[in-house]
Amino acid sequence: MRLHEYQSKEIFADHHIPIPRGRLASSPEDAKLIAEELNGPVVLKAQVLVGGRGKAGGIRLVRSPEEASDEASKILGSKIKEIPVRRLLVEEAVNIQQEIYMGMTIDRDSGSTLLIASAEGGVNIEEVAKTSPEKIARVYVDPLIGLRDFQARNLATEIEIPRELWRSFITITKGLYLSYQKLDATLAEINPLVITTGGRLTALDGKMIIDDNALFRHPDLVEKRDISSESFEEIEARKFSLEYIKLPGDIGCLVNGAGLAMATMDIIQHHGGQPANFLDIGGGASAEKVAAALRIILQDSQVKTVLINIFGGITRCDEVANGIKKTLAQIETDVPFTIRLVGTNQKEGREILASANLVTADTLQEAAEIAVRKSLAFAK
Amino acid sequence: MSILVNTDTRLLVQGITGYEGNFHSDQMLSYGTNIVAGVTPGKGGEWVLDGKVPVFDSVRTAVEVTGANTSIIFVPARFAGDAILEAADGGVKLVVCITEGIPVKEMLQIKHAIKHKDVRLIGPNSPGLISPPITKVGIIPGNITHSGAVGVVSRSGTLTYEVVYALKQANIGTSTCVGIGGDPIVGTDFIDILSHFEGDSQTDYVVMIGEIGGLDEEKAASYVANTMTKPVVGFIAGRAAPPNKRMGHAGAIIDGGVGTAESKINAFKNAGIQVAHYPEEIPELIKNL
Repeated sequence: MRLHEYQSKEIFADHHIPIPRGRLASSPEDAKLIAEELNGPVVLKAQVLVGGRGKAGGIRLVRSPEEASDEASKILGSKIKEIPVRRLLVEEAVNIQQEIYMGMTIDRDSGSTLLIASAEGGVNIEEVAKTSPEKIARVYVDPLIGLRDFQARNLATEIEIPRELWRSFITITKGLYLSYQKLDATLAEINPLVITTGGRLTALDGKMIIDDNALFRHPDLVEKRDISSESFEEIEARKFSLEYIKLPGDIGCLVNGAGLAMATMDIIQHHGGQPANFLDIGGGASAEKVAAALRIILQDSQVKTVLINIFGGITRCDEVANGIKKTLAQIETDVPFTIRLVGTNQKEGREILASANLVTADTLQEAAEIAVRKSLAFAK
Repeated sequence: MSILVNTDTRLLVQGITGYEGNFHSDQMLSYGTNIVAGVTPGKGGEWVLDGKVPVFDSVRTAVEVTGANTSIIFVPARFAGDAILEAADGGVKLVVCITEGIPVKEMLQIKHAIKHKDVRLIGPNSPGLISPPITKVGIIPGNITHSGAVGVVSRSGTLTYEVVYALKQANIGTSTCVGIGGDPIVGTDFIDILSHFEGDSQTDYVVMIGEIGGLDEEKAASYVANTMTKPVVGFIAGRAAPPNKRMGHAGAIIDGGVGTAESKINAFKNAGIQVAHYPEEIPELIKNL
């Protein structure tokens, strides 16, 4: 689960990380009021969970409360990468001397948390990492010991933080690590962490991603989830614990298991087709779950044909077949189906489908060929 | 001989009285697995599965009484980390964790905590292992594979079934099939399993099934090139997957250009590993070796 910038910053502030003064606004009037309180130039920042906000016009610097109101009315209600903007973070503008990058995430390779920092932060940080990897300082954190002061100090010296700012830098580094630990984050990032012209360190932006598997430990966060910016499919998928990702193609896919779902997409592409989605119904899926998955796939108007590939282990083929039969009895659709059921109770499953006049394929290879043929026939 | 699980396996099931644990214990018993004990705290003293298996309150007692040397975990995610540590502490040598959804930070700690103990962890989020026709420790359906000379190692669940089933259709059997688990942090990696297959007299060929993300496949490829004598056939799932759902900059900075399907397939090819385009092509590649 991704947190908004304002949510991340609230958490940062709780852990002694300096952030600019400011508040959330959901109307031009709010924005004006906050700008008056801050009494100086302010920055309006759209709170949407997409990258590249600034380049898409979601961040504006304004000089007066009136201008804040005008600009806020333009951004609020507009869309950034298809996501409607409903809230703005209104913050005091800060004069920047230097932009630093600081982030931490799970490093699979070492099996530890990796903390990275660079003196050249900002929007081009990935470019810096590619072209001058020596400018990225790294510290590995032992999961049983946690981050120690000397490690934060080593980062500070390596990226040449002025000595008078070390104490503040160490506080921020440890604050970010504590935020990351306490919230079970898989990513915590400050980019940029700026040195102001006044010589202070301040977190200008913040990003956190929380481990979905750890959300049971954070019921308060689950309540704060922003579903206003999520699509019907995303909300439905979460409700039924389905993994769904929309893709640009026209062949809807319903598969059990993430690896097999990817392999099914691969073979579709291998035969010249394009998958419309990734959808994993997980292990031991019930008929209800299958029905929900089918509804999600069929509401996508790009879907011209559907390929269902189930390898029953924990999942029972008859349960899946019942889900398909039930859903198709409820939903009117002309979309042709190709279904392949193998494994636990495959005989019973195929009988159920045959009774509903649904065609089944024996191999994945054959199923993919049929589905691609159907999608191409549609294209003509 | 197979690897890791065989006729010497004395299995203990953690979470044997739960729905999944009970169902799969029954399946394992029917397959021939020697289940010697179950553990469910608070239910010690009961007998389950038609009175065949005694239940204990703790792993330690179960090991003392029954001599269990392997444990399989079916307990829910929020208790599974504890179950792994209890198994490691209780004295079993192999722990197979089927449970999916353990918080990744907890796994980081567990992996470090058991590093210096004499115990191997497979998983979590693993379908387990099967050495046909003797024993299975996990949830891989018993009827989709038979005994043979191919060792299979994979990060997936159902995709693995697909592959061993395709092998069976082509009348190719497996020595042992191992699912190392699909989570970012798992106890055992490809190289660990490849080295076991390299030293196993029953295994003549190895099938390695990877997927996008992480660097495990790339590292395994150089191990194959530098150390292995047995031929390896590979498959990587995720060529058609969209470029990683972005995990902020940190992930991209760390991973750089590696971890993609393309980089993994290239690493495999450079290591002399034949790469299948789709799962059902794997039997052909083995026959052509």
